[in-house]
Amino acid sequence: MDLLLEAVVTGVLLGCFYAAVSIGLSVSFGLLDVPQVAHPAFLVMASYGVFFLNDTYDIDPLLSGVLITPLLFVFGLLAYRLYYETFERRGTDAAVRGIAFFFGVAFIIEVLLIMYFGVDQHSVSASYIGRSWRFGGMRIPLRLMVAFGVATGLTLLLSVYLSRTFMGRAIRAVAQDEEAVRLMGANPVHIKQWAFGIATAVLGVAGALLIIVSPVDPTLDRAYIGRTFCVVVMAGLGSMTGTLIAAIILGVAETIVLTLFGASWAPAISFALLLGVLAVRPQGLLGRR
Amino acid sequence: MKRNAIAFWGASVLFLAAILLSAELVANEYWFFAGYVILQFIVLSVAWTILGGYAGYVNFGTSAFFGVGVYTAVFLVSAVGAPLPVQIAIAAVVGAILGFAVGLLTLRMQGIFFSIATIAITIIIETAVTNWRELGGAAGIQIQRPPVTAPFHTYVQMLVFVQAVLVVISVAIARYMQNSWIGRGLQALRDDELAAECTGVPTLRLKLIACVISGALMCAAGAPAAMYLQYADPASAFNLNYSVSVLAMALIGGTAHWIGPVIGAILLGVTQQVLTVTISSEVNVLVLGVMLVLFVVGAPEGIIGLFKRRRPEGKA
Amino acid sequence: MKRRTFLGAAITGIGVSLIGKAGADQPPIKIGMSMPLTGGLAGGGKPSLLGIEIWRDDINAKGGMLGRKVELVVYDDKSSAAESPAIYSKLLDIDKVDLLFAPYGTVPTAPIMPLVKQRGMVLIGNFSFQVNSKIHHDMWFNNAPWGPADAWASAFLDIGQKAGGKTMALLSADQEFAQNLAKTAREVAGKRNLPIVFDQAYPPNTVEFSSIIRALSAAKPDIVYVASYPPDSAGILRAVSEIGVGDNVKLFGGGMVGLQFGPVMAKMGSLLNGVVNFNTWLPEPGMYYDGTKAFFDEYSKRAVPAKVDPLGFYLAPFGYASGQLIAAAVTATKSLDQKAIAKYLHESEVKTIVGPIAFSADGERKETATLQAQFQGIVDNNIDQFKKPGKQVILFPEKLKSGNLITPFEAARK
Repeated sequence: MDLLLEAVVTGVLLGCFYAAVSIGLSVSFGLLDVPQVAHPAFLVMASYGVFFLNDTYDIDPLLSGVLITPLLFVFGLLAYRLYYETFERRGTDAAVRGIAFFFGVAFIIEVLLIMYFGVDQHSVSASYIGRSWRFGGMRIPLRLMVAFGVATGLTLLLSVYLSRTFMGRAIRAVAQDEEAVRLMGANPVHIKQWAFGIATAVLGVAGALLIIVSPVDPTLDRAYIGRTFCVVVMAGLGSMTGTLIAAIILGVAETIVLTLFGASWAPAISFALLLGVLAVRPQGLLGRR
Repeated sequence: MKRNAIAFWGASVLFLAAILLSAELVANEYWFFAGYVILQFIVLSVAWTILGGYAGYVNFGTSAFFGVGVYTAVFLVSAVGAPLPVQIAIAAVVGAILGFAVGLLTLRMQGIFFSIATIAITIIIETAVTNWRELGGAAGIQIQRPPVTAPFHTYVQMLVFVQAVLVVISVAIARYMQNSWIGRGLQALRDDELAAECTGVPTLRLKLIACVISGALMCAAGAPAAMYLQYADPASAFNLNYSVSVLAMALIGGTAHWIGPVIGAILLGVTQQVLTVTISSEVNVLVLGVMLVLFVVGAPEGIIGLFKRRRPEGKA
Repeated sequence: MKRRTFLGAAITGIGVSLIGKAGADQPPIKIGMSMPLTGGLAGGGKPSLLGIEIWRDDINAKGGMLGRKVELVVYDDKSSAAESPAIYSKLLDIDKVDLLFAPYGTVPTAPIMPLVKQRGMVLIGNFSFQVNSKIHHDMWFNNAPWGPADAWASAFLDIGQKAGGKTMALLSADQEFAQNLAKTAREVAGKRNLPIVFDQAYPPNTVEFSSIIRALSAAKPDIVYVASYPPDSAGILRAVSEIGVGDNVKLFGGGMVGLQFGPVMAKMGSLLNGVVNFNTWLPEPGMYYDGTKAFFDEYSKRAVPAKVDPLGFYLAPFGYASGQLIAAAVTATKSLDQKAIAKYLHESEVKTIVGPIAFSADGERKETATLQAQFQGIVDNNIDQFKKPGKQVILFPEKLKSGNLITPFEAARK
């Protein structure tokens, strides 16, 4: 019983971490309908940025994540521009070739990371890595607590941004009815570009969490394609709090299987959940259409 | 139409005869090793095009079907010592069933949802095989080839011929589908699924047919790989690189016509083989990604699209 | 990458000019191999290749073999089983190499065994595990110090049982090498009636190990045998230091791949303390043979610009030893005849920089030389500390023993 309780606690914390790495995708794919399969590759790239700053200048990983955020924002703006000009504007077939495009981009990022940083795994050092907190008889890794705090903060921030600010509301409006926004005289492409920039920018902190929680190697993105899309689809596309909840469900499910049923079946969990959701509700658990 | 058919089958017979003859004339085995890999990719990308090109469903799960083909063969060899044709035939049946199951499961998924579902299926199957200790599990399994039968001198020559037969079969099927009501129906489905359904195209049935045929061909292409490698491990058999390569080959060649994936597979397959033995570094992998992105951005209809633009009436 | 090619070319150039008089009109002896230079095994493939390249430069500086220069033909197999058969076929049929080395690792090696056997070629193995047990190629010689299949687990469990261990836990990665280790560990434990109270295989890409470690420590084992891969080894040790494995654990480690690589060890720092793990070479007294020191001096110089493991204890000297094995056989038999080379290697003991090597009939080492060593007194963020003796104290084999086990595990971590 103790084991189960501990599994649930770890699962919740792990789930928060999954939420942090998925929330960008929740914006780009969930709200904007961009088939962003390169999201995990962007994430790993951000982790390497954090590693670089931590390794050469000894900057705290979370701070490094904040520092690279503007760079990622610009990168996101450019990536969306390229995607828009080559696919969305031409209309037909955007989905098929858009997926292939981002798939190719992910592949290129992977190889460039290998060429620059080498194939070895890298990790960062910080005071909160390798320590734990005691709660009664339970010991909880401090780095997971950090992930928990950052993830809830990020979710809150994005929810508030999307519901309270002018630009945030505009993004939601574009997601709901692009044509209407156009008729109102706003340029939906600019709004979507801005939103995509934000979706990429949050990867700065998410990438920092990724490398804080576990070491990173260039091909790690493959492991996160399933997890991130699973979370976003389960969440109901575009819902920030939904993302947090779905991620926690995934984290708890994975940890319970890992602890109680045998670890070797764990990778199938996220995908089985995802398939289940997709089969029952093809547009996601709380799908919009 | 008639003349086209005669030309096609004539060319197919010539192609197979040439492969048979090369077993006599070419002493150097490397060409067979390299040729096998390229032929295998032709079958895979033609099979991919049936679903991904004609119907517009982007399948990321090529490696799932390929790996299931490999492991079907491994199972048949280690359990009952089945001969190669039986391995391939049963792999095709298994592939058809798997394709049907995938089709049913993803019946109403569209666009990227379908693609993500295929990734999910790949990982689930890979996990299942990894946990199947009798087939070696994660440690992999070594299998022995039976002695080769005449007229071939080595087993690899025979595998090349077998794979060439599969190429002819897959191209013939793709060609038939393209020119029949199935192909037209799939095209309607690809352009606008809702409209197609409203005008009476049996979209769900067509999609299932495409899934079944594509799956059967992919598994059949994977089956001889067990004998080619004489070793199978889940990480190699279900490698995501198969999915990426096949997707790239089909899109680079062009997916509107069966010749597209054939051209793409030959072009990219040869490039990969050449790069492996020349540059031999990360650049090798980079080329694949860059080519994919460049073609998707610059030549949306692939190589055959470039060709068609110059010759507007060019229809085979 | 570029710089390394340049360096390689420059060194080859020097080699050519040095042996110019010896064999100007003789064609070089070509040694062919594939090597995982990209993909999951590349972290090992690169230092291994560097070791072989250093051997090539050394032997060419001495005039080559049989008065002929040695040339390496190397292709990247991307760590995949699907790539290596075509590569070896090219090496044999197009490049017409005279001798073959195997790629690093079991996965790319397994599919080439039948081809190599069929062609009757000698194959110097490179750290693959039990790859010849089914094929029975009598010209296979593995450079790795594994020895008999069960030696590894036996050595570790010996240490554990001597320290008073009565039960064992087994945690293994669901990947090829680790599963082979786990299998032999189960067999050895079965023979010794050592109960296995926890036995789990975890999947690749597991993010968080704290729940697994909790389940493990709940089983209260005395000996914890871990067979893991580089990314996980770090994750497991982190979780162990955060969660703890319990006071009854006397021995922890055994088969953790990754803790042999310099950058990983430097990053892990004090987390390593107390872990007893396998290794192949360590800078302890008794490990230095003729040429060992010179090799590592050269290696340190070349590793950094080539962006490979700056320590290179695990694989690089064995790559060099592969060359020494083949050189000894070729020089003694004065030929490139494969049968003669195989006969020589079966019958003779060859002196190498990793000690004398003798093979049993199946082409594995006669005796295991796999070390079990305990990390002691490691501090954080210092890669140079690992070059000094006393940081990884050898507990097995007996004749190389350089210190004593600190037990229980938690005590060794203070």
